[in-house]
Amino acid sequence: MLDNIVKFFTSLRLTVTCLTLFMLIVFVGTIAQVDQGLYIVQERYFKSIFVYWGPENADWQIPVMPGGYLVGTFLLLNLVGAYIARFKLTRKKVGIYISHAGLILLILGQLFTDLLSRESAMEIKEGETVSHSSDFRLNELALIDHSKTEEDKVYALSESFLQSKSGATIPSGPLPFKINVKDYWPNVSLVGKEKEGYTRIEANSGFNNVFLKAMPPETAMDQRDVGAAVLEIMDGDTILGEWLVATVLDPQKFNHQGKEFSVGMRAKRYYEDFSLTLLKATHENYTGTMEPKNFASRVRLQNEGTGEDREVLVYMNHPLRYHGLTFFQHQMSANEMVRRQGLTATSTFQVVQNPTWLTPYLACAMVGVGLTVQFMVHLIGFTRKRRNSSPSSINTRATTPKTA
Amino acid sequence: MKKLLPYLLLGLFTLWIVSALRAPKAKGYMDDVSFGQLPVLREGRLQPLDSVGMNALIQIRGTRKVPVEGNNEKGEWGAFLKIRGEGSGQLSERRWYQFGKRPKKLNASEWLMEVMMHPEIADERYIFAINHPDLLDELGLDDQGVEKSGLFYFTFHEISEHFPTIRRHAQSAFNQEAALRSPFEKAVIKVWVGLNTYMEFKNTIAPQDSHDFNSDLEIYLSSIAPGLEAWRSQNAGSEHDEAALGLFSGYMDRFQHLSSAGTLLIPPNKDSGTSDQWSTMGTNLIQAIQTMGVRPAVRSYAKMASAFHGDNSGNFNQAASQYKESLKTDFGTELKRTSLEFSYNKFSPFYKSTVIYLIAFLFACSTWFSGSEWTRKTAFYLIVLSAIVHTGGLITRMYIEGRPPVTNLYSSAVFVGWGAVLLGLVIERIYKDGVGAAIASIVGVLSLIVAHNLALSGDTMGVLRAVLDTNFWLATHVVIITLGYASTFFSGFLAIVYIMRGFFTKSLDKDTSKSLTRMVYGVVCFSTLFSFVGTILGGIWADQSWGRFWGWDPKENGALLIVIWNAIILHARWGGMIRERGLMNLAVFGNIVTAFSWFGVNMLNVGLHSYGFMDAAFKWLMIFNASQILIMAIGIMPLSTWASFRSTATKAA
Repeated sequence: MLDNIVKFFTSLRLTVTCLTLFMLIVFVGTIAQVDQGLYIVQERYFKSIFVYWGPENADWQIPVMPGGYLVGTFLLLNLVGAYIARFKLTRKKVGIYISHAGLILLILGQLFTDLLSRESAMEIKEGETVSHSSDFRLNELALIDHSKTEEDKVYALSESFLQSKSGATIPSGPLPFKINVKDYWPNVSLVGKEKEGYTRIEANSGFNNVFLKAMPPETAMDQRDVGAAVLEIMDGDTILGEWLVATVLDPQKFNHQGKEFSVGMRAKRYYEDFSLTLLKATHENYTGTMEPKNFASRVRLQNEGTGEDREVLVYMNHPLRYHGLTFFQHQMSANEMVRRQGLTATSTFQVVQNPTWLTPYLACAMVGVGLTVQFMVHLIGFTRKRRNSSPSSINTRATTPKTA
Repeated sequence: MKKLLPYLLLGLFTLWIVSALRAPKAKGYMDDVSFGQLPVLREGRLQPLDSVGMNALIQIRGTRKVPVEGNNEKGEWGAFLKIRGEGSGQLSERRWYQFGKRPKKLNASEWLMEVMMHPEIADERYIFAINHPDLLDELGLDDQGVEKSGLFYFTFHEISEHFPTIRRHAQSAFNQEAALRSPFEKAVIKVWVGLNTYMEFKNTIAPQDSHDFNSDLEIYLSSIAPGLEAWRSQNAGSEHDEAALGLFSGYMDRFQHLSSAGTLLIPPNKDSGTSDQWSTMGTNLIQAIQTMGVRPAVRSYAKMASAFHGDNSGNFNQAASQYKESLKTDFGTELKRTSLEFSYNKFSPFYKSTVIYLIAFLFACSTWFSGSEWTRKTAFYLIVLSAIVHTGGLITRMYIEGRPPVTNLYSSAVFVGWGAVLLGLVIERIYKDGVGAAIASIVGVLSLIVAHNLALSGDTMGVLRAVLDTNFWLATHVVIITLGYASTFFSGFLAIVYIMRGFFTKSLDKDTSKSLTRMVYGVVCFSTLFSFVGTILGGIWADQSWGRFWGWDPKENGALLIVIWNAIILHARWGGMIRERGLMNLAVFGNIVTAFSWFGVNMLNVGLHSYGFMDAAFKWLMIFNASQILIMAIGIMPLSTWASFRSTATKAA
């Protein structure tokens, strides 16, 4: 029994099966991007155990295909299994040994990247100093206490928490108030006047002439969901007011007992203990064209904790790596048009936290070296064999080596 | 005699190559060589005027030259305009069977000279290719233009009156998302863009209505001072010289037009500091209001324009060569580079390579049937010669661009061919059985034909988008992954040889099939290495520029598919799941995988990598895939139907 299990997990048949399934997932996942967008495809096909399918508008779905994680797990088991059970470190096999170790590292590295990495965007206007970045997709509800003069106190609630409390009450505990989540939508479209399919939202304390329509999640890469909620905020049993909050609406202020507060939805923020100041954003075009040649941002990095204060130039293919974060030049509005209109230039960095970013470098080196060694061993063996067999006649059919 | 034949043929083709390498000399009576070599800045790239003309011609007409002669319905031969004047109806450039007739043609530089300096003549050249039947109907061009092999060409004069109609259709076509445009809309946009380029060229050196630009320039310069004086007086409300103002402002209006040209003719003044850039004639002419003079380059072009329009070849040639000479002090390196590019355009190394590969392929194939050594040797030598030309072309491109060999889809096709040819030569050297030579030459031909068609979309040495502007990654990731494509195709073609020879001929004996198997196996190993390392390097590049190693972007997935497919072949072989024929069929399928990854994903038009979008090729991709599936279907036919195995199979039965 155990023998059979070991045999199964170490067999080349499993390897070929998994690779074939993987290929299928990659292919289908590539074609599916045309309709579904990259983000959803990643979640559905690659970062999943099974790929589900169901008819449109039906509330059931069946697994139709293994997902990336399932196949990846089997491949990894297969690799590790074969590694332990079959590979022997001989001169002839050393290349295979190294390259497969590199593969294991690569797959594990990707898994950890999926689990541990975080991507966000930091938008800075020229001259501005910023110490937080915003998530590309996730939103949050921010309740801010502005009463302190030095720093605001921010209470942030995640979307998933908000969703779980939809129609329920969030007790005051750590929060200064009790919040009744009367309604919550992950994605909406808002308009200012009556329109078909839209309903009017009555929220007496803030915007009250807004029409709303619930939308399916965004699929386009450059669009994000507009999260919205209707909240009733209470201090004990006193109702302070009812607000419609949404990521596209400004935060709304209110006073309570002499303190100023604001409430609003926004992109989820990550705060860092250092700050970046944008000194200069440069958008260079090729002469006589609109084709961009380079985007570069000169920033000043300040960290009060360590006393660091230096200038850095971030440009294409040259990110800034600092404190486990990497800042990439992502977007920019700093061309001549912007300057001519008297607008302030803006530069956006993509901020990536990925503790395992070095693994692909190492894995690539290992697989490259491993495969090269392996094929060199093959090639040397092959040419030696050929030299020993008779190269007398030039004609093809006679010279093919007899050794197979 | 047969022993000498390979050398004789090699000598013959070498002679052809060497004779084409001689320094270009102007054949016509205007010095098109000096003119064509002049450096200008267009689309962000310093290039010779010849390339400006050639790339525009390729886009507008689909050819690199403009025939000026042809025949009419009665088969009479002559200048288009003349025989059109005599008869009516369609004119034909040359009937497909009239091989002997070589109509006089304008090269790109000669054509550009006419457009820029004597547009009245250029307007009567048949250069606008319009072939969509609905568009021809819409414009009512049925009884105009000339025809060659079913393609129709029209003059600017003929279509200029339909300008409003074309603009109306073009505007609505531009409102449509590029991926969703119908063939009609694409055709309209092509004509519209072509017309605009053409009209821009007409107003690049001189305003299109100027007949003696050199004198115009002198009059303009002397009109500035009185003109400005009159303008100031007019503004002050006092009496002013109406005539002086009229003359001056008339020039200003015309030059304003010139300053929006896309071709920047006038080199920067190197003494004035670094900020000075290349500029248009118009900008310089308008700046003369402040400086009261123009740069020497402006005067040189004005002299050329006047001389050309006045049909004075002596003056033109003198002005052109004098200007070229004057550039040598400050722009010596630039001029060398553009002169080299001019010669490269003239020599067209990849065209010559294609011809020689094709001939070599015929020799290599005949080896299998005749078994004679001299044909194999001839094929081998010719491929070596052609590979030298191919390599020379690649190196010249690299020097001109200052970049690694692969920068866009076009150059990847050239490079894939190059990689496959070298691989084939190595294999031919080892096995000496004509297989390596046959595949080297056919992959060479096919990839260069693909490249030729890709070149129809515009300048093949265009500038790179910001994120791609890095020679390090272009040199490592792109080159390695392209070699991965090349070798995967190579193993696929080896497998096709196996299947074709085995099924249709009796030439696939045991030894041959064993050596073919070994070749395929070896090449698959090679492709696994290259496609894997290339893919991972791509991931590392993405990590450097976008902040993620892997994003499941279509282009990345495409590369990954090749890696996985090669890995599947190797593991299936090691596990004994496939034997010879299985290996061959899987290798043929590798062709489909590679074609999808190389071209197919670009057609999806999603993702960060979509830098090489094209759609006309979709049909060809499908045809290619179908052909590969057909070959695989043959590959899985029972052995008893295979010509080579019939005897052994029946014996076994």
